[in-house]
Amino acid sequence: MKLGRRTFLQIAGATGTAALVALPGRSRAASDVHAVGADESSVLVDTTKCIGCRGCEAACAEANKLPDPPGDDKAYAATRTTGPECFTVVNPTPKADGSTRYVKRQCMHCVEPACASACPVRALDKLATGPVAYDGSKCMGCRYCMVACPFSVPKYEYSKAIPVVRKCTFCSGRQAEGKQPACVGVCPSGALAYGTRGQLVEEARRRVYGNPDKYLPHIYGEHEAGGTNWMYVSDLSFEKLGFEVAVNDNSYPKLVRGALGVPPVVMTLWPPLLMGLWAFSHRDGKNKPHGTDHGAGKADGGNHG
Amino acid sequence: MASVVTAPARPGSWVQERIFLGMTFPQYLRSLWTPFNVVCTAILAVGIPVLVYRFVAGLGATTNLSQTQPWGLWIGFDMMTGIALAAGGFTIGATVEIFGLDEYHSIERPAILTGFLGYMMAVIGLIADLGKPWNMIGIFSNNGTQSVLFEVAWCVCCYTTVLLLEFAVPFFEWLGWERFYRPLKKALLGLTVLSVMFSTMHQSALGSLFIIAPGKLHPLWYSSQIFLFFFISAVIAGICMVIVESTLSHRLFSEQFEGHHVDVDKLTLGLAKAGAVVMFAYFFLKLQGVIDNHALGLIGMGFYGKWFLVEMLGFVLLPSLMFAWGARNRHVTVVRVAAILGVSGIVLNRLNVSLVAYNYHQSVRYWPSWMEVSVSLALVVIGVLAFRWIVNRMPVLRPMKSNAGEH
Repeated sequence: MKLGRRTFLQIAGATGTAALVALPGRSRAASDVHAVGADESSVLVDTTKCIGCRGCEAACAEANKLPDPPGDDKAYAATRTTGPECFTVVNPTPKADGSTRYVKRQCMHCVEPACASACPVRALDKLATGPVAYDGSKCMGCRYCMVACPFSVPKYEYSKAIPVVRKCTFCSGRQAEGKQPACVGVCPSGALAYGTRGQLVEEARRRVYGNPDKYLPHIYGEHEAGGTNWMYVSDLSFEKLGFEVAVNDNSYPKLVRGALGVPPVVMTLWPPLLMGLWAFSHRDGKNKPHGTDHGAGKADGGNHG
Repeated sequence: MASVVTAPARPGSWVQERIFLGMTFPQYLRSLWTPFNVVCTAILAVGIPVLVYRFVAGLGATTNLSQTQPWGLWIGFDMMTGIALAAGGFTIGATVEIFGLDEYHSIERPAILTGFLGYMMAVIGLIADLGKPWNMIGIFSNNGTQSVLFEVAWCVCCYTTVLLLEFAVPFFEWLGWERFYRPLKKALLGLTVLSVMFSTMHQSALGSLFIIAPGKLHPLWYSSQIFLFFFISAVIAGICMVIVESTLSHRLFSEQFEGHHVDVDKLTLGLAKAGAVVMFAYFFLKLQGVIDNHALGLIGMGFYGKWFLVEMLGFVLLPSLMFAWGARNRHVTVVRVAAILGVSGIVLNRLNVSLVAYNYHQSVRYWPSWMEVSVSLALVVIGVLAFRWIVNRMPVLRPMKSNAGEH
């Protein structure tokens, strides 16, 4: 109560100045120096280095016990997508100069995955080490993950009587043993770089800004969907390469936070509010309370006794 | 009560009276031979084997679902639409029990029954759609609290239980088990509060399911406030369905109303007033949502822009004005036509959000297979038949016949 005007202004001024100094510093630290998920394992794909050998497809099929990928003539005849029996695909895109760019696609392993947040039984879950892992024994098959994923990655075994969701596992089992993912291990051209997300964001920036004539100034996956553990650098626009360019830069789970805030409010407010309305509408002289003598049963009173 | 306890020993009396509507078994079988029943049987004869086949052969063999279209008719119609159309239970429940508008008493039980059967059919449709429905149990143990579907699942489960308890009152009255229905009747106010609470949450959350898919749902339908639209349109669905259903009931089951007069026209006009206001507000709220989503320029543009106008003008604004005009001029027929438009509008909206405007940028579009349609149709038929079976026997449209125990 003894707070004089001068003291108040001093406190307000000091707090305001501190806030002005602190806020920009903190936000810069968050977005620039430390990437989100900095300690998680990640892969940087350099599309300019990929030679389209599709060794990654073969290694993936072997590691995940999937059917062998098709031969080059079939594989490059039309644009392919991943499927329940195929976790990664390499697709060619012709460049204006007559050369070809190849892009490997698979699950992006988002830092904040939409699919895992959408899963009501947590069959999909983000591991602290990076991979978005899937446990088919928990899955009830609602396929909400497929609705939620902005990259349309989860695929369903529609042909099976007891189906599960299939997608790239980021070889979480191999990673837990200290090995690289199968695809990274066989890549002969250095197109796939494996490391922590923090390191790889740095590396991607070094390449992009170090060779501005070669690369486009866009690291796909640095901000897309709030950041993904698989990131891409390229000299051809990501739209031409077939990437989902309309993907939000914000975390997808955050989109529903507002809506998920509704239940606690409703559960707290509705019962007292409704009981208040009841009390108001049944106050003296208004409607008689009709608790026991209610409804269509009015006429039956006691006849079954 | 004595007649119930001894019922199995004297099947001729209790079973004949309560199950076969006073007829002998052969008479009862003959009475079932009607054109309506023949059509229903034909639909069931196709739909139920298909439902069994779906579990044997899988979703791929029975549905047109694909990797880009994970949700089809069974979610879009049976779940999304079915749950919305079953909103009459909580709408009328609140009107009577909480707001104390006692004159709506006579339509409370049919509304609750419609709601209960609607939810049961929606759950069966959901089970058909789930790849491994037995794993639904994980909803209760795995804490998937970041998921909107987690909220939907919990609330639908809780609310179906509430509806079951509300419906148990006429059910136990039918059985004559006073010990069970007396306490449940006393609990009706509490159950109604719960029903409004759970309905608010999951009716809105069914819309929130799509908030996580901004790139897939057309901007005219997508909104971060879609949960508000879904809740308010569920109230509209409840009001319109109660008008349609009470009109049909009082025509089809006119013998049920012998000796107790219900002025359906008056109730219909009252509901129309509420419907007009809620729909009018909903229309402008939707418009606001479109503006908020920076999609105003898309209205009228291309197929989706025109389709949106059809939904909003033809199935929201028009019935809203018809309700207002009908209620003011006491023109019940106009109100009933408006209610049918309103129900169609809710069906249209739920199908638009989950199927038509979903994946709007995909070149290959989903169209349900005949097997999906047959299962959805069969579920509607089962719901209608169950409704008829129950109202012909239990005290839903009318009080329990007081002489029933004397046979």
